[in-house]
Amino acid sequence: MEIVLAVAIGVLTTCGVWLMLRPRTYQVIMGLALLGYGVNLFIFSMGRLSVDSEPIMVAGFPPTFEFYDDPMPQALVLTAIVIGFAMTALFLVVMLAQRGFSGNDHVDGQEDAE
Amino acid sequence: MRELAQALMPHLMVAPVLLPLLAACLLMLVSERRHRTKATLGLLATAANLVVAVLLVFWVKAEDEPSAFGIYLPSNWDVPYGIALVLDRLSALMLVMTALVALMALLFALARWHKAGAHFHPLFQIQIMGLNGAFLTGDLFNLFVFFEVMLAASYGLLLHGSGPARVKAGLHYIAINLAASSLFLVGAALIYGISGTLNMADLAARLPEVADTDRALLHAGCAILGVAFLAKAALWPLNFWLVPAYASASAPSAAVFALLTKVGVYVLLRLSTLLFSDGAGESAGFGGAWLLWGGVATLAMGAIGMVSAQRPARLAGFAVIVSSGTLMAVFGLARPEVTAGALYYLPVSTFAVAAFFLLTELMDRSRQSEGMREQAPEDEEDHLPFSMAELELAQGTNLDEDEVPLVGRAIPAATALLGLAFIACTLLLAGLPPFSGFIAKFAMLSAMLDAPAVAPVSWLIMAAIITSGLLALLALSRTGIRFFWAPVDRPAPVLRVVEYLPIALLIGLCVLFTVSAEAVMRYTSATAAALYQPRLYIDAVMGARPLPTPTNADRLGVPVPGGVR
Repeated sequence: MEIVLAVAIGVLTTCGVWLMLRPRTYQVIMGLALLGYGVNLFIFSMGRLSVDSEPIMVAGFPPTFEFYDDPMPQALVLTAIVIGFAMTALFLVVMLAQRGFSGNDHVDGQEDAE
Repeated sequence: MRELAQALMPHLMVAPVLLPLLAACLLMLVSERRHRTKATLGLLATAANLVVAVLLVFWVKAEDEPSAFGIYLPSNWDVPYGIALVLDRLSALMLVMTALVALMALLFALARWHKAGAHFHPLFQIQIMGLNGAFLTGDLFNLFVFFEVMLAASYGLLLHGSGPARVKAGLHYIAINLAASSLFLVGAALIYGISGTLNMADLAARLPEVADTDRALLHAGCAILGVAFLAKAALWPLNFWLVPAYASASAPSAAVFALLTKVGVYVLLRLSTLLFSDGAGESAGFGGAWLLWGGVATLAMGAIGMVSAQRPARLAGFAVIVSSGTLMAVFGLARPEVTAGALYYLPVSTFAVAAFFLLTELMDRSRQSEGMREQAPEDEEDHLPFSMAELELAQGTNLDEDEVPLVGRAIPAATALLGLAFIACTLLLAGLPPFSGFIAKFAMLSAMLDAPAVAPVSWLIMAAIITSGLLALLALSRTGIRFFWAPVDRPAPVLRVVEYLPIALLIGLCVLFTVSAEAVMRYTSATAAALYQPRLYIDAVMGARPLPTPTNADRLGVPVPGGVR
């Protein structure tokens, strides 16, 4: 499970960074979204991975991480998702405004001189 | 004042966050067409914010301890688990600085900018809330949330007034900040994964006990987190977004943005003194060299940029970089007496840059036609160097036979006032006497010299600071000559009191800082002394106890309030 998650985070981040460095606004926003997913999974994984363990204490188990999952990163990741989503939406609006002004989708508003 | 602050604490501490938030909510409800109501409400809220900030400074100063800490537990949870707001001398200083600059920027905006687009006032209040929250919070993740609040509002303010240049700069600004936010999250998550805490005080207390195998990973987390703040604080080479963004923003927004880089600087100072102090075992001094050398590079690049800039707004943008470069280099030295001088420099340079941003708008406006005024000017890349075209005399210019143009003509009062403000800003930014810019630099330099053996790196920083002052003077006087002396046939600019007043007040504040330099230096010295004793901060935060309530009385071991449950 650790390897699968690590590979997923790595692939998402790699694709995100590569796309973010591309010259089209659409590629940049996709890159930022992918990077955001990678980061969210990373935060999630910082609570240690475990299967079938409770995040909230139940009677009969001693309160240690042996029996429970860490609820904190889950709360953090929820906040990060909400904020990331809102910022991506805002970026989309600015991207459309940029396209309206410049008539193309280059991040600088003008095509590279060929 | 002191008694009033004492009576209102501890709940006064949460007012800098709640007050702008409530004001923003209220302002959202007022119709967009009722400018006067909105302006009054916004002004009242910002003025009240200033009063709260001043009261908090009085409260902090009233305690005789080297540092007085106000701890507020918004959710009444035990300390390391819930979010804590922490007020100390440094936060109080930053709060007052924010409140002053914000009030002046709002005053300036009331002349015309607040009508240039929708929702200026709510965004402005949210911006203040984000700034105040970032200065007050004692929790890393809460800091992230306030950072995002602040940035979200700044995106809106940057785009305020619209136009191609603003949208283009805004696109870059948002992309860079989203990437930096991702780094912030990765850093914070790594730190949480290793130390198991996000509370800054708790983290500082646990840092020396981290296992050696984990320490490298923890350092990596702190470094990644640091990069996010360094990008915000405009460390070279992470600062290329700053000048186009700040130069294209409307003047009041740009004045407030001068505060945003200071948030990055503040967090760097706070975390580096708290986490990597001498008591931090193997982590002591981590990142200090990066801050120092990065700061020197930023200072150098900012000063060179000032010389290369041709539009006053870009000049102001580079002045922001110079200011944060100076601060980072000096904080990298990690010497309390030098830091005290830097903390005096911090508000002074912020006031000066904010005043200069406001002034550039008036200067630019005096040479533009009516229609162009509300649009952000395009980039200057395709212009002649130093706007040579402007300097050529028009055909109809009245030259007499000796070709002495217009000797003895009186300078219009409006131009003279603008020129005076410009000279004051120049003196402040270049650090020349008699204003507080000089005292600030003098305080830093003399503290650096005041050692048995002056380290070579101190000499380097001193040389960088003095040279950057010289270059700033060069660039600013060139701009001043171009704007105030060279033009012959320019009509006198229309100057409104409400637009000139905030500039005059900001410069007046710097004069006030000059006159009462001793009192301010006493305050900043105590601040710096407390910063380099992180034990005080840690003990104050960890010692805070939640109020007993029926649900936590058992755990706290106190009788249940209000008798039988």
